[in-house]
Amino acid sequence: MNEIQNTMEERPMYPTKASGLKNRRILGETLIRSLLFLAGIFSILTTLAIIYELGKEAWLFFRLPEVNLWQFLTGTSWQPHINEFGVLPLVTATLVTTFIAMLIAIPLGLATAVFLSEYATNRSRNTIKPVLEILAGIPTIVYGYFALTFITPLLRFIFGSDVVEIYNTGSAGIVMGILILPLIASISEDALNAVPRSLREAAYGLGATRLEVAIKTVIPAALSGIAAAIILGISRAIGETMIVAVAAGAGPNFTLNPFKGAETMTGHIVRISGGDLSYDSIDYNSIFAIGLLLFSFTLLLNIVSQRIVRRFREVYE
Amino acid sequence: MSEKNRSQRFQYDQNLVGRTRIGKIWKVVFLVSTIIGILALTTLLLNILNSTVGYVAYQGKIMASSLTIDGVPLQQQSRDQLLALLQANLSSGAYNKLNNEKAFQDRSRSDLHALVLERIVRYKVVGSWSLWDSLTQSSQIKNLVTSDFPDAELKFKSWLTPDFLASQQSSEAVTAGVRTAILGTLLTILITILFAFPVGVAAAIYLEEYARDTWFNRLVQTNINNLAGVPSIIYGILGLAIFIRAFQKLTSGVLFGMVDPASATGRTILSAGLTLGLLILPIIIINSQESIRAVPQALRKAGFGLGATKLQTIWAHVLPNALPGILTGTILAISRAIGETAPLVVVGASTAISFDPGIFSRFTTLPIQVYQWTARPQDEWRHLAAAAIVALLAIMLSLNAAAILLRNRFARKY
Repeated sequence: MNEIQNTMEERPMYPTKASGLKNRRILGETLIRSLLFLAGIFSILTTLAIIYELGKEAWLFFRLPEVNLWQFLTGTSWQPHINEFGVLPLVTATLVTTFIAMLIAIPLGLATAVFLSEYATNRSRNTIKPVLEILAGIPTIVYGYFALTFITPLLRFIFGSDVVEIYNTGSAGIVMGILILPLIASISEDALNAVPRSLREAAYGLGATRLEVAIKTVIPAALSGIAAAIILGISRAIGETMIVAVAAGAGPNFTLNPFKGAETMTGHIVRISGGDLSYDSIDYNSIFAIGLLLFSFTLLLNIVSQRIVRRFREVYE
Repeated sequence: MSEKNRSQRFQYDQNLVGRTRIGKIWKVVFLVSTIIGILALTTLLLNILNSTVGYVAYQGKIMASSLTIDGVPLQQQSRDQLLALLQANLSSGAYNKLNNEKAFQDRSRSDLHALVLERIVRYKVVGSWSLWDSLTQSSQIKNLVTSDFPDAELKFKSWLTPDFLASQQSSEAVTAGVRTAILGTLLTILITILFAFPVGVAAAIYLEEYARDTWFNRLVQTNINNLAGVPSIIYGILGLAIFIRAFQKLTSGVLFGMVDPASATGRTILSAGLTLGLLILPIIIINSQESIRAVPQALRKAGFGLGATKLQTIWAHVLPNALPGILTGTILAISRAIGETAPLVVVGASTAISFDPGIFSRFTTLPIQVYQWTARPQDEWRHLAAAAIVALLAIMLSLNAAAILLRNRFARKY
C-alpha cells in the first residue's frame, strides 16, 4: 500500500498549462481518458449488478406466500416440492466440507510454508513452489473426478462400504483440502518471507534453534498474513462448487456425518440450474436467495481478511 | 566459575539436547507435509492416466462386416454408399431429424462414417478396465470376456486417440469424442479474451496512471480486490440474469437476424464467453496493474521531459515495457477461465450437440463434458472423462508454458 501511495505522489502532474500544445490533441487525450475511466468503473457496475440481481430475485423469492425469511434461515428441511424452504441442510453441508478441508489444508499448508521459507534450500524451493502452483492451477472439475474415482473408493475400503455412501461430504472435503493447501501455503510463505532477516539473526544470536526462530519469531511476525491466508482459504472452500457437485451427493440432507451424502449451497445451485430452468419459477428465484447468502458469507470473509492485513501488519523498514 | 553459573550452564547444555531433538522432529514433520502435497498431485495425475488406457470389450448390435457392399468394407465406402446405408437402415423420422440438424449434403464423409457406426452398427461397451487392472489381471479379464460375452471384441486401447479428439458427441462410449467440446472451449475463450483483455488493461491504465488518491478511486480498487474473491458460481448466476435473460435479444443473435426468435434462449457461446470475461476481469486488472506499476518512474519522466503528452508517454513507453507482464497475467487468467465449469453449468451448457458450434449456437466446453461424463455411473464414461481431462490439462499446460516462456523472454530488470 505504501508503495502505491509513494508512486502516486511522485507522479508528474498532468500538464495543465500546456501552452505549446494544440487543443485538438488535448481533446483526444480527454476522450481516451474518459474511455479508460469507464473501463475503470466497469468493476463497480459488475458489483452493483451482482447486488441488484441477487437482491431483486431474492426479494421476489421471500415475497412468495410459501416462503418466509425466518423459516428460510432456521428451517432444517429443504424440499421445494412440498414447499419447505429451510436453508440449514445446505449450510451445514457447506460447513462440514469446509471444516474437513480446513482440517487438512491449514496444518499441511502452514507446515509446507514454514518448510519452504525456513528450511528448504533455494534449489528445492525453486522446484517445489512451481509444483504447488501447478496443483493450484488444475481445474476443480478434475479434483471432483479425483474425489469420486479415488478418494471415495479409498474411504469405502478403509471404513467399509456399508458405512461410507458412494456420494459423501467427507471425500469432497478431503479433496477440497488438497485444492486449498497450495493457496494457504503460497500466501503464508510470502508472509513468512517478508519478515526481515535481521529478526531471524537476532533470534539466532540469542541462541535459538532453527525451530524456535521459526515458531517464536518468524510466525508471530507474519501472523497477519497467515491469518489472511487461512480466511481466504475458508472463503474459497465455501464457494467451491464442482468438487461437491460431483462427489458430495445430490439432495439436501441435514446431517453432520461426513460419510453421508449431502448437498451444499453451491452444489444445489448447480443441480437446480443444470436443466432448463424456467424464469420466475420458485426454483429460479431460490437459487438467487441461496446465491445471496453465499455471496454475503464470502464477501464478509474477504473483507475481514483485508482488515486483518491492514490492521495487524507489522511494518518493517 | 561460580557454583550458580555452573549449574545454569549444566542446565543449558542438558536442555540443548532436547531442544535440538525437538527441532529435528519438527523438521521432519514440515518436510513430510510438503511431500504430502506433492504426493497428492502425483496421485491425482496417476489416477487419471490409469483410466485413460486399458482393456475394453465391446460388441455391435450387428456385425460391421455384414455392411460390406460389393466387397467394399465399411471403412472404405464412399460418401454416397454411406448415405444410402443410412437411408436404408434409419427410420425416416430419425433420418429427417439428423438432416434438420445439419443437411446431409453438407456433412463430410468421416462424419457420415461416424453416424453409420453410431446409429447402425451401434457398438456398445460391455466392459472396461483400468490400466492397472489390465496389466495385473489380464488373463482373468480375457477369460471373463470370452465366457460372458462371446461376441464381444476385446481390445487394449487408449481412450485418448486422434479419433476421440476429432469425432463429435455420441450416445455410445466407443464413438464419442470431444470435437464439439474443444471447439466450444476455443470459441468461448476467444470471446472472453476479446471482452476482458481490452477492458481489463484499460482499467489498469486508468487506476495506475490517471487515478488520483481520492475516496472514489480507493473504492474502485477495494471493489476489484473483492470481486476477485467472489465465488465463480455467483458470476454464473449473474450471467444467467444479465446475459441470458435481460440481454437475450443480443446474446441469442436475434438482433442480428441470425437465429429464429422462436427458438432463441440466449444460452449461447456468446453469453458463456461474456460470463467468463466478467469472472477473469478482476484478475487481469490486478495483474496488469502490477506490471504497469513495475515500470520505473524514470521512463515516464524522460517521456514528459521530451515534451510527450501523458497519453503518448503511456502508449509509447509504459505499455511496451509492461506488456510482457500484462500478457503473462492474462494468459494465466485465461487458463483459469478454460477450466471453469460451475458458471457455465448455471449459464446453461447443453449436453448433446452434434454440430460444430458458432457464436450464437448452444454450447458445451471441455470441463462441462468432463462433468457430464463423470456424473454417469458406468465405467466407460469415466474413462472418457479421464481422456477429456488429459486433453484439457494439455491445453492448459501449453498455455502456462507459453506464459513462462514469455516471462523469461521479455522480462527486464531495471
